[in-house]
Amino acid sequence: MNDRRMGVSSHPSRMPDAQTCVIEPQALETLVRALADRGFRVLGPTVRDGAIVYDELESAADLPIGWTDEQAPGRYRLTRRDDEARFGFAVGPHSWKQFLFPARIRLWRAARKNGSIEVTEPTRDDAPLAFIGVRSCELHGIAVQDRVLLEGRFVDADYAARRKDAFIVAVNCFEPGGTCFCVSMGTGPKAESGYDLALTEIMGGEHRLLVEVGSERGADLARELPSREATESDVQAASAAVAGAAERMGRELDATDLHGLLARNLEHERWDEVANRCLTCGNCTMVCPTCFCTSVEDVTDLAGENAEHVRLWDSCYSVDHSYIHGGSIRPSGRSRYRQWLTHKFGTWHDQFGESGCIGCGRCITWCPVGIDVTEELTAIRATEKEVDDGDD
Amino acid sequence: METIETLLRDVPLFDGLTSEELELVAGCGTNTHFGEGETLFRQGDEANTFYVVRHGSVALELFVPGRGPVMIETIESGDVVGWSWLFPPYRWYFDARALAAVRASVFDGACLRGKCEADPRLGYALMSRFAQVMMERLNSTRIRLLDVYGYATVD
Amino acid sequence: MGTPPSTEQLVAVPPAPFRVTSRTRETHDTWTLRLKPLNGGGLLTRPGQFTMLYAFGIGEVPISCSGDSHGPLTHTVRAVGPATTAICSADEGTALGVRGPFGNTWPVDAAVGGDVLIVAGGIGLAPLRPVLYEVLRRRDEYGNVVVLYGSRTPRDLLYVSELEEWRARFDLQVDVTVDAAEGDWRGKVGVAAKLIASAHFDPGHTTAFVCGPEIMMHFTARDLLDRGIPAERIAISMERNMRCGVGHCGHCQLGPTLICRDGPVYRYDELELLLAVREL
Repeated sequence: MNDRRMGVSSHPSRMPDAQTCVIEPQALETLVRALADRGFRVLGPTVRDGAIVYDELESAADLPIGWTDEQAPGRYRLTRRDDEARFGFAVGPHSWKQFLFPARIRLWRAARKNGSIEVTEPTRDDAPLAFIGVRSCELHGIAVQDRVLLEGRFVDADYAARRKDAFIVAVNCFEPGGTCFCVSMGTGPKAESGYDLALTEIMGGEHRLLVEVGSERGADLARELPSREATESDVQAASAAVAGAAERMGRELDATDLHGLLARNLEHERWDEVANRCLTCGNCTMVCPTCFCTSVEDVTDLAGENAEHVRLWDSCYSVDHSYIHGGSIRPSGRSRYRQWLTHKFGTWHDQFGESGCIGCGRCITWCPVGIDVTEELTAIRATEKEVDDGDD
Repeated sequence: METIETLLRDVPLFDGLTSEELELVAGCGTNTHFGEGETLFRQGDEANTFYVVRHGSVALELFVPGRGPVMIETIESGDVVGWSWLFPPYRWYFDARALAAVRASVFDGACLRGKCEADPRLGYALMSRFAQVMMERLNSTRIRLLDVYGYATVD
Repeated sequence: MGTPPSTEQLVAVPPAPFRVTSRTRETHDTWTLRLKPLNGGGLLTRPGQFTMLYAFGIGEVPISCSGDSHGPLTHTVRAVGPATTAICSADEGTALGVRGPFGNTWPVDAAVGGDVLIVAGGIGLAPLRPVLYEVLRRRDEYGNVVVLYGSRTPRDLLYVSELEEWRARFDLQVDVTVDAAEGDWRGKVGVAAKLIASAHFDPGHTTAFVCGPEIMMHFTARDLLDRGIPAERIAISMERNMRCGVGHCGHCQLGPTLICRDGPVYRYDELELLLAVREL
């Protein structure tokens, strides 16, 4: 399918099966504790405000035990499961980018001293991050942001510092969401690499989790968990769970040469059509794990002697995103929607050598008017085919 | 001394006219010159001539009360000045002043209008050439209307 | 066409303190500043590049380098907003922050052996001046060298005394026009592209360097194409909103390209189709 890269330097490829083991759900408490003891700030999914969000986990009891989500364009509801699954849901409005690439950070401070400007960078000594519950699509999302922020000519120092020691416990999906299309984008549901540990929750028969090791650190931690060796049937049950998820994707998308398709259709009438619906609210850019646009703001104290240069999330949907010389290049909603979609699925290839979309479906779920990117792209492709047929 | 006809052959405006047509046009023309700063014509005056600048440059101006004369175009050698002779009321729309000493061929508009009436093919040939000049001047003016160098300031 | 800059003396984040060593007023709203690093040394820049200039407590703006690449860091700035106004009011001795230089460079080397045609509109002359300095430094490597410059009014002309010096040279053709003029202007009045007709260059062996408002570059490029200069030999300098200068903030995108990283200098044929798409 799509050839997605997963190169994350601190995470070598999968270790041999000898390190695969099985744990009971209760062992997740040991996992959380072990990470906390190692000094990590442990983050994972938890229920809050009617959604499953990513936040600090003080214990494994904070996980959304027995919860699932119902997702559709412009719709998100939590409902109770009839079991105690720890990870029986898809993804919510948060992505891990809010920790690796926070919405607001101070880039540097400046002070007026002796007729000069003294600039100091912040000390980057926050506790290292541990993520529990990272889905395969999200691993790809992190890799996409790595590509933008770490592998260009310039490295984003803040992102690099947060990313460097991040401990990743991936989770293989067995319950795909109503707006998921990772299979179409080649990003899941199975996590292939880029993690320290990968868990697959098995619900049939004995409720257990298969643990796969992805790094030395992961192996080290796995040794501290109460576990047993994995059997053939454990491995098969895990595979079946993930395969089942792959077959129940909420959405499908023909992702063949979306780059070319979009480049050829910059004046397609579909843009006018979607512009009638899009509110340019920018929700999609906030929930998207790969969107990386930022702006900067300068703040001074009252005396004007000290200043802070602050970086904030921005969105290409804002009118002043493209402001220059007294006006915006993209004043219309039509052009801003087109910018976002053609960048995500098209010109991202030109700029970074891969697609910017990881198929998580968040933009579909959290769009207040339910615009579905898979539907939009399919519509553009369908009309193009008609034109070709007409030439006969 | 070159005849007007010979001089006309080199003028881009008359490119492509036949010898007979050039002769007809030349018949309405004569040579003239202006010293630096001299006025060729003034806004509102009767317009019965047009000039082909052969040497020097001419400034087209409009007098704006409170601002004085504002130059809106300069015309260099090889180019034509004036088309108000083509249409009634045959009055100059602008002032024209020699920026540097000017040598030009000047043509009697009434004479040419008569010849064009008599010979529609000559009329068409001249009209289409003047229309082209007007189109280029109009496009150039429209671009300057955009005021591309002056952008709005931010609060 | 444009060459990527070297990694020497790159200052990505945060800004380094520089001091204003001279401040010259060019027009009613434009100043040229020269800057030196507070801690000594200099900054290696190439024609076409820009830096992110920081006005203390107000913000950063991307400004093209407008001086000699072999000389001190020079910027010609137009006061249009709070940051540029603060930068333009910075007297000698004032400290400003500098990040960079960023971006690629004008094809000064690729133009060797042929004619050079520089067409500038308004403040577009500022990013082109380093090209002219470079070409004049290596004058015998080039054929005809022509500078065409259009501005709004005579009061808006930049580098007036230098323009006169350049015009006085026998190995340089300089032609200037303004959109409209009052007072005792004795030069040309008309659109900038009109100057092309009387410029002396061999279209088959010319590299054109064009900079100015986007619409001026568009019409100039069309005229140059009509004159027979191939699109691959027309270089333009693009501008978009920039917040970081290092390819991370996403603002300077023009379709597939990031102007701070792949530009700002482009071959006209690279962008011709993109520029025709409105609101891209």
